Amino acid sequence: MSDIFEKVKAIVIEQLGVEADEVRMEASFEDLNADSLDIVELVMALEEEFDIEIPDEDAEKIKTIGQAVDYIKQNK
Amino acid sequence: MAGLRDVGFWGTGSYLPEKIMTNKDMESLVATSDEWIRTRTGIRERRIAAPEQATSDLAVEAGRRALENAGVAPEEIDMVIVGSCAFDMFLPATACLVADRLGARRAAAFDLETACTSFIYGAAIASQFIATGMYEKVLVIGAEVMSRILDFTDRNTCVLFGDGAGAAVLGPVPAGQGIRSIHLGADGSGGKALSIPAGGTRMPVSEQTLKDRSHYVKMNGKEVYKFAVKAMDDASTIALEKAGWQPEDLDFLVPHQANQRIIDSAVKKLGIDPSRVEVNVDRYGNMSAASLPVALDEAVRAGKINAGDRIILVGFGAGLTWGSMAIQWAQRP
Ligand SMILES: CC(C)(COP(=O)(O)OP(=O)(O)OC[C@H]1O[C@@H](n2cnc3c(N)ncnc32)[C@H](O)[C@@H]1OP(=O)(O)O)[C@@H](O)C(=O)NCCC(=O)NCCS
Repeated sequence: MSDIFEKVKAIVIEQLGVEADEVRMEASFEDLNADSLDIVELVMALEEEFDIEIPDEDAEKIKTIGQAVDYIKQNK
Repeated sequence: MAGLRDVGFWGTGSYLPEKIMTNKDMESLVATSDEWIRTRTGIRERRIAAPEQATSDLAVEAGRRALENAGVAPEEIDMVIVGSCAFDMFLPATACLVADRLGARRAAAFDLETACTSFIYGAAIASQFIATGMYEKVLVIGAEVMSRILDFTDRNTCVLFGDGAGAAVLGPVPAGQGIRSIHLGADGSGGKALSIPAGGTRMPVSEQTLKDRSHYVKMNGKEVYKFAVKAMDDASTIALEKAGWQPEDLDFLVPHQANQRIIDSAVKKLGIDPSRVEVNVDRYGNMSAASLPVALDEAVRAGKINAGDRIILVGFGAGLTWGSMAIQWAQRP
């Protein structure tokens, strides 16, 4: 498991208040009971942590933890 | 600063129209649900002004109550500032009408429009006149009849706002008390995110603007949400730092009431206990310029804010604008 995954996991746990074992690569934000505003704040936290900008068009396509990790890898 | 007086809040007041509009009532106007509104915003109901009430009518009531609470007669007021984004009319200034109705005959009067941040901007301006000794007592009012500028066919905006007015009398307080820091900001590059495009000189009212409903509030909710979460956090932190306080020094937080979710996010970042945060968005929705002074008034009257307490007022709004103020609450002289 990558370093990026661990950081994303920590942010997801903090932002969504979910258990660590729920945060798997294939888990979707919907599975984690995140609504659109949770996702906005999650994206903001990821942007801050990884010092990147995630445009809304891109953010809309990120549906799972794995997709978030891949996106960060490609854009960091 | 040498020679400057400290300034505080002598009294507060508020006025809410009687008519309540619940989320259920909203369901009959637009495709929405009580559940959606509650989970996304925390709003349960809002107040709606009576057809014959304009912004000045709400402002006068709130102003009168603040004067009473401060023990100040209207003739003693040196300046009246009315903050709003929904004035009675373009001309004259609503503040002139309000000063007249209150009997504040000696007062200078003007309107101020920094949307939801208007009360903080107004209190900041008032404090400078008092600090320098030019004025003794200034009445600052935030008043809105949002229901007249909302598009009740647009579910993205109409469910969020409500009508009301809040006011405060500011005056000198003993040295070392009152307002400890002020922070104000603006960024017009985000102006489009929340605007009333038509009805001004850029796009005067025409058949087309009426058809497009562009004389009503238009908003990009997500953009404003992102801005708001960041602005609340940044502005509170700056107010704390400028006052030389640590987050744990804070006794009470009075945030702008746009959305419970935005308040929750700020509260979490500041690390303040939610029981020490004033919330009225559930009952009144976002009353723009009126939200903060109403929240302040209700917190003071409920005994949640007492002399010596360290509090922060923080808000954000269209413009985009933001502002914060650290106050060591002073006993009324
Ligand atoms: C307005 C706000 C609650 C909307 O939340 P959001 O999660 O961004 O909502 P979106 O605009 O993405 O809409 C999500 C869905 O809910 C729908 N929706 C919007 N308003 C709705 C309502 N009142 N009822 C039901 N559904 C609604 C949208 O149409 C959208 O549906 P779709 O996915 O089928 O297109 C939120 O953006 C917000 O609070 N922004 C800040 C606004 C603010 O504070 N303004 C004042 C500043 S002083």
